[in-house]
Amino acid sequence: MSTRTIKVDYIARVEGEGAMRIEINDGKLTDVKLKIFEPPRFFEALLRGRDYTEAPDITARICGICPVAYLMGAVHAMEMICSVKIPKPIRDLRRLIYCGEWIESHILHMAMLHVPDFLGYPDAIAMAKDHPDVVKKALKIKKIGNGIMTLIGGREVHPINVRVGGFYKTPTKRQLESLVEDLKWGLDASLDMVRVVSGLKFQDFEHDYEYACLRHPDEYPFNEGRLISNKGIDVPISEYDDVLVEEHVEHSTALHSYVKGRGPGHVGPLARYSMNFDKLTPLAKEAAHEAGLAETCYNPFKSIIVRGVEVVLAFEEALRIVDDYEEPDHPYENVEPRAGTGYGCTEAPRGICYHRYTIDDAGTIQDAKIVSPTAVNQKAIEKDLWHFVEANLDLPDEELQWECEQAIRNYDPCISCSAHFLNLEVKRT
Amino acid sequence: MGRKDKPKLAVWKFASCDGCQLSLLDCEDQLLDIAGAVEIAYFPEATKAVQPGPYDLSLVEGSITTPHDAERIHQIRRDSKFLVTIGACATAGGIQALRNFKDVREFARIVYASPQFIDALNKSTPIADHVKVDFELRGCPVNKKQLIEVLSAFLHERKPNVPTHSVCVECKRQSIVCVMVAHGTPCLGPVTQAGCGAICPAYCRGCYACFGPKETPNVAALGCWWHDELDVPYRDVVRALRTYNAVAPPFEKESVRNEH
Repeated sequence: MSTRTIKVDYIARVEGEGAMRIEINDGKLTDVKLKIFEPPRFFEALLRGRDYTEAPDITARICGICPVAYLMGAVHAMEMICSVKIPKPIRDLRRLIYCGEWIESHILHMAMLHVPDFLGYPDAIAMAKDHPDVVKKALKIKKIGNGIMTLIGGREVHPINVRVGGFYKTPTKRQLESLVEDLKWGLDASLDMVRVVSGLKFQDFEHDYEYACLRHPDEYPFNEGRLISNKGIDVPISEYDDVLVEEHVEHSTALHSYVKGRGPGHVGPLARYSMNFDKLTPLAKEAAHEAGLAETCYNPFKSIIVRGVEVVLAFEEALRIVDDYEEPDHPYENVEPRAGTGYGCTEAPRGICYHRYTIDDAGTIQDAKIVSPTAVNQKAIEKDLWHFVEANLDLPDEELQWECEQAIRNYDPCISCSAHFLNLEVKRT
Repeated sequence: MGRKDKPKLAVWKFASCDGCQLSLLDCEDQLLDIAGAVEIAYFPEATKAVQPGPYDLSLVEGSITTPHDAERIHQIRRDSKFLVTIGACATAGGIQALRNFKDVREFARIVYASPQFIDALNKSTPIADHVKVDFELRGCPVNKKQLIEVLSAFLHERKPNVPTHSVCVECKRQSIVCVMVAHGTPCLGPVTQAGCGAICPAYCRGCYACFGPKETPNVAALGCWWHDELDVPYRDVVRALRTYNAVAPPFEKESVRNEH
C-alpha cells in the first residue's frame, strides 16, 4: 500500500496558527484536516463580570486584523439591550470606519497574502521586485484604509474612539473632507486592482455552497440586516443561534460551526456578493462585469476579485458618507443599562461575526457568546480541500500542496479571531 | 554598518491577536525599505519562505499560555541574538492574563463543551518570565513609529529611544486639555507609559493604560484620587487596572490590594 501525505505544519500568510494534513492511500483520498493550534484565550469567560461598556474594547483584542468587526458587534448588541436609537451621522460614521477596515484588510489579503500564490512568489516582498507598481499601489490603498480608521478611531489597530452609544469624539466636516482626495485616488486605484486580479489564472473549481450573510433592504450590508442564506435561511439576527450551531470536535479545532440540519455554511465576500449583488453601486457592478464575474460567484479562487469589487464599493460608500456628513450635536447617545440579552451581527471582511450578551440591571455581563467568521468557514475550507484534492490527485506533491494552501487562503482565514479555537495535541508527523 | 550580510529578522507568535505583527505590515511607507535593510527570515504571517536560524533579531508577539509554548520560547531564545518582545501580551501577559485571577478550568468549562480537550496553563505570562528579553516594546497594540525606532536602533547598534515617562507628558506636549482635571473623566494617563501619542485624551476619553505602567508609577495615589475626587468605586478601579496589562506588577499589586 502506498501512502502519500501532504502536510503543511504552519500555514503561512494567514492570521494565526494553523496546519493542514491530507492523507492519500493507494491513490484514494482518505483524510483532510485543517488543524488550528492557536492557544485558547477564553474571551467569553473573561467577559463575565465586566461592565457592558467594556465589551467593545475587550473583544476587539480577539483580532488585530478586524477589530472594527468586534467593536461594532459589541456596541450593537449592547444598544439592542438598552433600546438606544442611533442618529444618522453616528450610524454613517460607523459604516465609514468599517469601510476603512474592509479596505485595509481586503487589500492586505489580496496583494500581500493571496496574489503571491497566483504568481508563484513566497511573499509580496519578493513579488515587489518583479511587480513593484502593483505592490506599491496596494500599499498606498491600504494606507488610505488605515487612514480612515485612524481619523475616526484614533489608530488603525484597536481603535479607541468607539463606545456604546456612539463615539467619544466625532470628527468635524472639514476633517472628513480631508480624506476626499485620497478616497478618489483610492477608488481609481482599486478599479485598477480589480483589473489586475481579474487577469490571474484561476482554477476551474466551483462548489454548491450554502452562502450565509446579512441582507439589508437599502444597502450593501455592514452593520445591520437580517441573516439570510441561499438555501432558505431568513431570520432576524436574534435567531442566529437557531440556524447556525456549534459543536466541539476533537481533531484540531474546538467549536465547528455549521448550518443546523444541513452542513457547512460559507460566509465572507463570496456570500455577501452573491446574495447582495443588487445592492452594489453601479460602478462596483460594472467593475465586476468587466472582471468577468456573473451576479453570483461560486468559485472560491475568485474571491480575490470579489474582494477587489468590495474595495471599490467601500471607497464609493466612504465618499458618499463624507459628502452627506453633518456633524452631530453630541458624539454619543446616553445609555442606561438594563437587564436583558442583545445580539450583534456584522459583516467583518471575512464574513459575519456574531455577538450575544446578557447583562444585569447594573450593566454587568452575565454571559457572552462570540462566533468569528473563520469558525463558520472552517468546515467549508475542509470540504473545499477534500473536493479539490480528489479532483487533482494526479498533481505532484509539491504542486498539490501549493494549490491546497491557496485553497485555504481563498477564505482569508483569521485564526487569531478564535474566541473558540483551542490548542490540542498537534501530532506533527 | 560594516556587515556583509543583511541581518536576519524573525517574527514569532504566541497567544495574541496578531495586531502587533500586523503593525509591521501597516508601516506602508517603510515596509519595502525595511525589507531591503533586513532579511526577513521567518515571518509566517507575511511569507511562506522560511530560513533556518540563528536569527539576528527576533520580534516576539504574544504571551505564554500552553505547556508547548513554554518550551518553544526557549528554542527561540537559543536561536536569537537579540530578542525583542512586542506588545502587551508579550510584555505583560495580555488580556488573556485575566485568567490568572480565576480558575482556568472554570474558564474552560464556560467556553468549551468538552474542556478535557483544552491544554492550557493556569496563567498567561509575559515572555520575560521565561527567557531573557533584550528589549520590551509596550502597547496594545505597539505604536508603529516606536516599532520602526526599535528596528532602526537595532540596525544602527544603538539603544532604542523609547521614553518611559507618563502619558501626561504627551498630553502636555500636544496641549491636550487634561480630561481628568477639566472634565472629571477618570484617566490612567498619570501611571501609564507614553508611546501611543495620548490618543484617548485627544479623543476626549480617559487613558485606559494599554501601554502598561510607566517607570515608578504611583498607582495607589491615583486609585485614591479616582475614589475620593471622582466618586469611582474601588471595584471599578480594580476593573480599570485589570485589562491588557493586568499582571504588570504595579497594576496587579494595586488591583489585588483594592479588591479586599
